[in-house]
Amino acid sequence: MTAATTTNRDADTAAVRRAISSTPRPPRPGRLSNAVAFGWRGMLKVKHVPEQLLDVTVTPVMFVLMFTYLFGGAIAGSTSAYLDYILPGILVMSVLFTTVYSGVALNTDLTKGVVDRFRSLPVWRPAPLLGALLGDSVRYVIGGTVIIVLGLVLGYRPDGGAAGTVGALALVVVFSFGLSWVFSVLGLLLRSPNAVMNAGFMGIFPFTFLSNVFVDPTTLPGPLEEFVDVNPVSTLATASRSLMGGDPDVSAIVVSLVTAAVLAAVFLPLTTHLYRNR
Amino acid sequence: MTDRPLAIEATALAKSFGSTPAVQHVDLAVPPGTIYGVLGPNGAGKTTTIRVLATLLRPDSGSARVLGHDVVAEADQVRSLISLTGQLASVDEELTGHENLTLLGRLLGLRRSSGARADELLDAFGIADAAGKLVKHYSGGMRRRLDVAASLVVTPQVMFLDEPTTGLDPRSRNQVWDIVRALAAEGTTVLLCTQYLEEADQLARGIAVIDRGRVIAEGTPAQLKSSVGRSVLHVRLLDAGQRPAAAELLERAVGQVVLEADPAGLLVHGSEADRAAVAVAELAAAGIGLAHFSLDQPSLDEVFLTITGRSAGDEADDPSRALQEQPS
Ligand SMILES: Nc1ncnc2c1ncn2[C@@H]1O[C@H](COP(=O)(O)OP(=O)(O)OP(=O)(O)O)[C@@H](O)[C@H]1O
Ligand SMILES: [Mg+2]
Repeated sequence: MTAATTTNRDADTAAVRRAISSTPRPPRPGRLSNAVAFGWRGMLKVKHVPEQLLDVTVTPVMFVLMFTYLFGGAIAGSTSAYLDYILPGILVMSVLFTTVYSGVALNTDLTKGVVDRFRSLPVWRPAPLLGALLGDSVRYVIGGTVIIVLGLVLGYRPDGGAAGTVGALALVVVFSFGLSWVFSVLGLLLRSPNAVMNAGFMGIFPFTFLSNVFVDPTTLPGPLEEFVDVNPVSTLATASRSLMGGDPDVSAIVVSLVTAAVLAAVFLPLTTHLYRNR
Repeated sequence: MTDRPLAIEATALAKSFGSTPAVQHVDLAVPPGTIYGVLGPNGAGKTTTIRVLATLLRPDSGSARVLGHDVVAEADQVRSLISLTGQLASVDEELTGHENLTLLGRLLGLRRSSGARADELLDAFGIADAAGKLVKHYSGGMRRRLDVAASLVVTPQVMFLDEPTTGLDPRSRNQVWDIVRALAAEGTTVLLCTQYLEEADQLARGIAVIDRGRVIAEGTPAQLKSSVGRSVLHVRLLDAGQRPAAAELLERAVGQVVLEADPAGLLVHGSEADRAAVAVAELAAAGIGLAHFSLDQPSLDEVFLTITGRSAGDEADDPSRALQEQPS
């Protein structure tokens, strides 16, 4: 009751007039400044809606526990050996799943009036998109860190040490920057956040599960093995496994970075085009 | 300075969505520093018109200028002159009120002072106590005020307001009206879309009535009303039993009397003020007690009815009844 009476005060017309008359228009800020401001918005969302993080951390945690203890012994002989194999893979999976939410968040934004306001401002056109990416990267890092910490708790000790682990996380986050534009395009094309989520996961599931994230592909039947081998998710998993294992596989790392760059080169302009012409 | 450009100028604007012609032919000419009302029922094309003018939609044909700048070719210049408060809440519900205004301040180049500017506006708009609360927990009135404040972080030269008081109680509505008047008093041109006839009448100097994507009438509120007819004299008696006598007297003194549903009420269309005054005095002299009398201008609803042959209320939920009681 008190809260309602204290918060529902009236507008003060005289003060409104003063506030309106007191501001000359400041010089227009630079592009980077625009993007950073939108990045700040992304961070604030992580702060205010931490539930978003649950979605992207709980599933991978369940996968780690399930695969390690249920199948670990059968697949790799012992749970600890399997942890060495699967943890970098789950790191990849967890962060890639998070990228789907970039598209979902973009679509959610579009269903609200706030995007109309952003689009009516004199700001650099791609700034809202790049800024959102900045906020997303925080989520990628948090999601990845949860997996690494869980691994450490379960007894995982990467041979690559802290440097290798951070390197693997950085590689995965950079790859996600490229991939997230694919989901941004989906976010701009589809009608509802749910549709983006469904389409996004329908696309990303086969790439994640038909990869070397969970099993060594040499045990798979021929054609499947070929797909797994060329699957960029496998390459990324191999690269991060090599970094965490202390024996960097340079070609896998380079291929992953190039893949990310190609994805960004194709889908970033498409995203800005669609955003501008909605 | 005699050829100052119009604040808003639209020429034969048209925009369709697929096979739906949202805007078919809209011409507007809004002089700077005035409040201009765009009045029409649901689906008339008000929001579409505003979205074209605010550079959010490209028109299919026709052209529009804001302070002399073309909304398509010079969209960027236009954006640095305007603010938009859309029909959907155009603030971020997942941020606090303070964060919303600070973000806009930073985007517009206020840098360090953006936080202080947010405080100043929140204070002026009576939302300082909820500054740190997420906007999704705001009441409708607070959200609307924040939405208007968000358009004033840097004072725009032209402001677009799309149905700013829909869903507000009379008190919140009056506050928004006061703010809009203050804005105009400071020299900002306001384009106000509304389906509230009373609202356009209260605020706007000029009004365009639009229906099905076309401007069907244009003028000052007074001109639009006079196109319909003169004022209406309303009389309510203390004693319903005296109504036949009162009707006879008014019929003779003023003109044709309409008996209202209220058994003590009568009204006469087309009354001139001096004749109405004499008639009211005669009623009193004849010993007919009056509970109430008033000389009202015809409502804009009647204007709409006259122009289109159907009531605006046929398609819009008509708030004019709720708006009838004006605080004085
Ligand atoms: N994005 C869109 N896609 C398809 N049709 C649309 C779109 N926006 C508007 N319309 C259609 O265009 C017409 C005019 O819509 P508009 O929103 O401009 O009306 P309005 O006068 O603002 O109505 P309201 O008072 O309900 O807000 C309507 O028939 C509407 O259904
Ligand atoms: Mg509308």
